[in-house]
Amino acid sequence: MGSEGQQLSASVVILLLVLFFGGTMFMSVMISKKKENADGYMTAGQKIGFGMSAASMTATWIWASSMYASATSGYAYGISGPIHYGLWGALMILFIYPFGRRIRQVAPKAHTLAEVMYARHGRSSQLMLAGSNVLGSLISLTSNFIAGGALVALLSPFSFTQGIVVMAAGVLLYTLWSGFRASVLTDFAQVLAMLGAVVVIIPVVFFAAGGPSMFETGAHNLTPQQSNFFSSEAFLSQGAPYIAAVLAYAIGNQTIAQRLFAVREDLIKPTFITATIGYGATVIGIGMFGVMALYLGLEPMNGDSNNIIPQMATTYLGPVLLCVFFIMIIGALCSTADSDLAALSSIMMADVYGQNVAGHKKANPRTMLFVGRVTMIIATGAALYFASGQMNILDLLVFVGALWGALVFPVIASFYWNKVTNAAFTVAALAAMVLFIPVRFEMLPENMAINIGVDVLSTIGVGVVLGLMAFGFFGLRTAKWVAGVSIVVSAPFVIGFLHDYHVLSGSLVAYAVSAVVCCLMSFRSNKDFDFALLKERTGNFDSEEKVEKAQETAKSGDDTAPAN
Amino acid sequence: MSTLVLSAYVLVWPAIVAGVLFFLVRGFLKDWRQAREEGRPII
Repeated sequence: MGSEGQQLSASVVILLLVLFFGGTMFMSVMISKKKENADGYMTAGQKIGFGMSAASMTATWIWASSMYASATSGYAYGISGPIHYGLWGALMILFIYPFGRRIRQVAPKAHTLAEVMYARHGRSSQLMLAGSNVLGSLISLTSNFIAGGALVALLSPFSFTQGIVVMAAGVLLYTLWSGFRASVLTDFAQVLAMLGAVVVIIPVVFFAAGGPSMFETGAHNLTPQQSNFFSSEAFLSQGAPYIAAVLAYAIGNQTIAQRLFAVREDLIKPTFITATIGYGATVIGIGMFGVMALYLGLEPMNGDSNNIIPQMATTYLGPVLLCVFFIMIIGALCSTADSDLAALSSIMMADVYGQNVAGHKKANPRTMLFVGRVTMIIATGAALYFASGQMNILDLLVFVGALWGALVFPVIASFYWNKVTNAAFTVAALAAMVLFIPVRFEMLPENMAINIGVDVLSTIGVGVVLGLMAFGFFGLRTAKWVAGVSIVVSAPFVIGFLHDYHVLSGSLVAYAVSAVVCCLMSFRSNKDFDFALLKERTGNFDSEEKVEKAQETAKSGDDTAPAN
Repeated sequence: MSTLVLSAYVLVWPAIVAGVLFFLVRGFLKDWRQAREEGRPII
């Protein structure tokens, strides 16, 4: 820790962790049932009210890395940096909302998006989406444990390993029995802690660091790009890749889809809008720590920009507010970690066991619950193992987000276009992944033809991303115009230039290839899917009806036995 | 950007967060009251 930083004592940290995890455990026990319902374990009855659903969505979308990355963005790119992280991430929640309404309308009783893909197309589509969901949630879980371990190591006498073990054990314990229900209820308490902390901590740090005068005395620390609110470097290096990747996160991440299926249907719009504003304001606000650090001339410890937030906190906050800061970060990582556990368990319950192993009609709800709980335990163990290796998780997550980009168009198209086939979905996603990897990891030979080819695909990708955004709110006709115009307008700026930005190019190529291949194959198909079938094919696994039917079958079996 | 504008730029976010927090708490209390009236658990 820097010479002007402070630490929390071991006893204070233990007290804070006991209070935090004890409180969440208490909440979880209060709502637990001796016999949990399998559907409730996954989607909590599908009628959650606005307060809890909006709080849960906000808490889930804000994870520890959101805060660290936003501050890093502020430090690296200056005053517009946090906007290019927080704003686009927030808008992605908003842009998913119209698709969310459609998904819920056609499959109101589903538990996962992959479950609906099975009903729409079949096994291969389902398992592609489910597999990517599992990978993403596992990486997210690992990232949150790493953030917790790093925070404990930085702010207390305890080690990184001790930190990650405590985080993992704490989250698992309060989520294990009641699953998604525990995740949502504790999310409310965690979001109160997080948002409450943000409201207090940002102004306190601002004034403690010198207030408005820091912008005068520190102005020489910024480059012209960093002082420019409309910095092109910030947009190209941070904003644009994030726009492309985060649209994919919202589709590929089961934690958001799970809340979509859980909220009362008429509350989808206010839930998403509130979560958009809550996430955006919180993450951009925390990103201001990075901007202030830049003006103050702060050097991140060990050259690691993830240390900016803890350094600012330990330098400018008193001991009480440092405790509040500690709880804020723990709240952010736990609220996402418990959502990841709930997401992983629902995928294994509904997609793997429910639809592939047992079949929907024969799935045993007790076995489903067992599968869900075992999944949580195994996932926690796996994430701990990866976390102890201190891998660069964010790079992995950006990679997975871009892989999800290969799935976005086929998934969304499948909910609206009755001609999309399983083959079109699968081939489009695979083709996009095959081309994404060499572009993203700079494996292509450096020559003009290939560079132009990548740039042309990227231009099409710009059209696909903007077209999808327009489609959700304004329909197909407007979407086609927006896509067409954006391709034409962006072409002169993109072609010959964008191939040097590999992260952005990779994402855009994934979008372009999956959309083009999916469209070409679907145009030629004579499939005419009836969307009403989705409602019939997805439904409860643990309904009273099924329980009664099972009891009747058992009874009629007894009735036919010969009397003694 | 002037120091006043930059200061407002930093402080506007916690103000918006405070507003969101108000709506979330109000929404939760409404859910809780409704659940109590209907005799069912809040989740």
